[in-house]
Amino acid sequence: MKNGPEAVNSLVMDVLHGRLSRRDVMKRAAAIGLSASTIGMLMRISEAAAQGTPAAGGSLEVFSWWTSPGEAPALQALFDAFLAQYPGVEIINAAVAGGGGGAAQAVLQTRLQGNNPPDSWQSHPGHELFDQYVDAGYCEPITDLYTSEGWTDVMPAGLVEQVTRDGEQYAIAVGVHRGNGFWYNKQVLADAGIEVGETMTIDEFMQAAETLQGRGITPLALGSKDAFVAAQTFENTLLGVVGPENYNKLFAGELSWDDDSVKEAMQVTARMFEMVNSDHSALTWDGAVDLVIQGKAAFNSMGDWAYGEFVAKNVVDNIGWVSHPGTAGSFVLVVDCFTLAQGAPNAENARNWLRVIGTKEAQEAFNPLKGSIPARTDVDQSIFSAYHQWSMNSFANDMLVPSVAHGQAASPQFKQAMYDAAAAFLVDKDVETFALMLVDAAGA
Amino acid sequence: MASVAAHLPATPHRRRKIRLGRIVLMAVLLLAMAFYLMPVYVMLMNGLKDKSYMTLHDMWKLPRDLSGGGFGYAWDALRPNLGNSFKMAIPATVISAIIGAINGYLFSKWKFRGSDVIFILILFGMFIPYQSILIPLIETLQEIGLYGKWYGLVAVHVIYGIPVTSLVFRNYFSNVPNELVEAARIDGAGIIGIFRQIMLPLSAPAFVVVGIFQFTNIWNDFLFGVTVVFDPRNQPITVALNNLSGTNSVDWTVVMAGAVVAALPTLVVYILLGRFFIRGLLAGSMKG
Amino acid sequence: MATATPVTREIAPAEVRRAGRWSLERFAAPGLLSPSIIAIFVFVYGFIGYTLWVSVSNWGTNRRDLSLRQPLLGTYEDLFGQTRFQIDLRNTFVFTVIFLTLSVGSGLFLAILLDRHVFGSGFFRSVFLFPYALSFITTGVAWRWIFNPETGINLLLDQLGVNALLERLGAGPLKPGWITDPSVVWQVNGALERVLPFTSAINAKLGIPVAMIPVCIAAAWQLSGFAMAMYLAGLGSISHELREAAQLDGASAWRTYRDIIIPLLKPITISILVILGHVSLKIFDLIFAMTGKGPGFATDVPGIFVFDKMFGAQQYNLGAAASIVMLLLVSIVVVPYLIRQLKVL
Repeated sequence: MKNGPEAVNSLVMDVLHGRLSRRDVMKRAAAIGLSASTIGMLMRISEAAAQGTPAAGGSLEVFSWWTSPGEAPALQALFDAFLAQYPGVEIINAAVAGGGGGAAQAVLQTRLQGNNPPDSWQSHPGHELFDQYVDAGYCEPITDLYTSEGWTDVMPAGLVEQVTRDGEQYAIAVGVHRGNGFWYNKQVLADAGIEVGETMTIDEFMQAAETLQGRGITPLALGSKDAFVAAQTFENTLLGVVGPENYNKLFAGELSWDDDSVKEAMQVTARMFEMVNSDHSALTWDGAVDLVIQGKAAFNSMGDWAYGEFVAKNVVDNIGWVSHPGTAGSFVLVVDCFTLAQGAPNAENARNWLRVIGTKEAQEAFNPLKGSIPARTDVDQSIFSAYHQWSMNSFANDMLVPSVAHGQAASPQFKQAMYDAAAAFLVDKDVETFALMLVDAAGA
Repeated sequence: MASVAAHLPATPHRRRKIRLGRIVLMAVLLLAMAFYLMPVYVMLMNGLKDKSYMTLHDMWKLPRDLSGGGFGYAWDALRPNLGNSFKMAIPATVISAIIGAINGYLFSKWKFRGSDVIFILILFGMFIPYQSILIPLIETLQEIGLYGKWYGLVAVHVIYGIPVTSLVFRNYFSNVPNELVEAARIDGAGIIGIFRQIMLPLSAPAFVVVGIFQFTNIWNDFLFGVTVVFDPRNQPITVALNNLSGTNSVDWTVVMAGAVVAALPTLVVYILLGRFFIRGLLAGSMKG
Repeated sequence: MATATPVTREIAPAEVRRAGRWSLERFAAPGLLSPSIIAIFVFVYGFIGYTLWVSVSNWGTNRRDLSLRQPLLGTYEDLFGQTRFQIDLRNTFVFTVIFLTLSVGSGLFLAILLDRHVFGSGFFRSVFLFPYALSFITTGVAWRWIFNPETGINLLLDQLGVNALLERLGAGPLKPGWITDPSVVWQVNGALERVLPFTSAINAKLGIPVAMIPVCIAAAWQLSGFAMAMYLAGLGSISHELREAAQLDGASAWRTYRDIIIPLLKPITISILVILGHVSLKIFDLIFAMTGKGPGFATDVPGIFVFDKMFGAQQYNLGAAASIVMLLLVSIVVVPYLIRQLKVL
């Protein structure tokens, strides 16, 4: 047993961290010989700590879907940034793998429906944030944090808009993925005598594909076992064909899903689906990326989390990238943000958490590990890879459009309907049915 | 060796035929074994590879080195939850076996008006699709203060285990002669006394069958584990296993290694208790 | 064994002294059962009732809305109108039939092999039983790789030289599309429409989705060991005298099995069919991990549909309606078995 100031100090720390019961506090305080009034104060603090509303302790529960060996360290970087400022807080990392539609969604929904929310949880901005959480009253606005931290000045307006409703902000974005990435194997293209410039049009891609097919190489790698992949390929192509203005009009209800331009995009998508690897339905997205790495396929259309695969397999030097054909000048947003729960059990800690993850330091620590770019545009670019610097440039200058496949552009019902429609289209390539299903889903 | 053939007149001709038959039999069994072990081979070999060179196109090949591949990470990630799974699965298995034994005893030996109908209504609980009842389940558990607690998860497994455990024990106890029960009753034993003195000592095989059944089901459950217990420090190993594959990135070497690690406890149960499992089935617990 | 006679009725009249206690004990059985009964009543029937209510409610978004939908069965109409759900029902049927045939067939086959008391039978038994101990979530991934036409079994056939051999024999290489094959063979839509004209409303191709077959193999791999164990137990209970008698009559081993032993195993077969049948109607984890919805929904099942609609699309009423349909399907399989249970025991 320690004595003197050291013992008092250790007792206070234990109390602050909520590690002691009332009886233990009393026992140890009496053993050290503290006065009755001091003991009384310690008891009050210890009770507060036990209830999770302490000044400098308690806990914080953060729910996310980052769990794999490639994602957990990035999440930990955010936790570390928080703990550096609030060392007394215990973080409960309630992460469940499988974002939109997967296990994570089932767990979060049951918890919210059951009125047992985590303090802060991960979401995509836009429709996912509003349709699933804000409209149902699960979120508290954090507009004052935006004001006090000056976030509106350092984040693109197009992004802030995605977390704003009726003048109130409801979430803070930590990282941004670019959904319209188009990756290729440099060696394969060089062997085929194909040159890719800064951008690629749909016609350029179709020509390249023809050359590649002539050489017996699969032009486009696809991993459609994951439900989002076919939908994502379609939405990127759609953006490439109709352009960002009309793309946005579709989701605003100002353009119909059976418009001729949409059908044209479907036809282009069908042609793309005809030039993919035959085993696409047995591969997940990373399997398709691997086909490009192995040189068995030339191109892959995938959000830029694919970059992490190139790094893990040490092949970055042989990989080139452009925007998905026809989408240069647009940045398809796949954003990860965190919310504040209505009636959060540890509201104060949750607000501090959101404030910390919105800082430059936290975003600079998190994003290089996650393989995304910061939501803030005032960060040090030099710590990022060449690809990510390219993406940051696009983020700052290009038109920002939301993704359907990742829940931002439309309601979860529409997203799921589009998954189903795209999955059917991948096999039957029936443009009329595809258009009809999307019209139905938009009208529902 | 109680082979049928051994009892037959052993003419030289027949003996040669039998020997040939044995060889064919062994060949067929080895072939079947190769098929049954194929997925395990895939999991083991790819779990032992490093992500930098693991690719589907080399899935049948041996690892290039002995670095252990994904096993190191998988073990570190799963170990904290291994204890949770034991803490949950063992009591849940034991309690649901005991409840099943009592129910089975009552349903087979203490029939009352309507007991058969009640038995069937209970059995029907086996067939409910769990995905659709998660929300009312969570709300009910909150009402009774069991939500988020590891013993709440135990309770859920015990409750949804009632149908199958009751079924096994009822069928098993039906084979115990009623005369035995009658005799004990004449000797003055009561409803509980008969259970303790006569039924329990007889019921080891049924306990083995139910134990293996329930332990496997509970150990492998993911859906309840992930929804009923939300604190990751208390979640069972299947949740940690599922978390090895992520959302925007996945390392299959770790996933495969984790699958092997998470399966070890059930595997040990099967190897140790496999013969008793069949003996228990043999004892009539699953007939009917 | 006839245990159907209620125990209470068999009390000897002479036991007057104890009659009071026995009549008290009449209430003991229901009393001891009541915790189980209450738990099942709440956690099974209460929740089924809740799900039924949700399925006829307006709860089609994230906001809970338990008001009743007009028309009441509108959600069911939507459900059956969805081509995907029609396909799911077809798939459940196909999966159940093929999976049960494979599991029961291979379970019986393995049990008979091991019943011959071959060297190392204990070891083999463990090998065949152990897949049952594994979690579907991970075996699904391994099976997906194995049935990927570019990398799995086909590659193994190449590497083992099977295809080279076939080519030398003049046959093409053996290279099925396995889980990537979107075709539906043996379609019966036309024939069905001729007999039942109203079935023309069915959009799904009624036939066997080829991609489902590997999924059935994977599921049978996992559960055939269970069937084997049950059959081994059954074979153990058939007396040796019976078999010897058959052998002495000059019946071949094959005839003995076909004419005597397999018919005796019928009750066990029925138990296996029901237990595995409810597994197959509820199947979710394995398919979710192995193929997902599959090419053109070739391997989609109601379990995945419910999950997608409830937690992906948050159409709780649609998901609930689908699970009620699942429950009804299970009932069709199970209720006759349960009634039979009542009669036998």
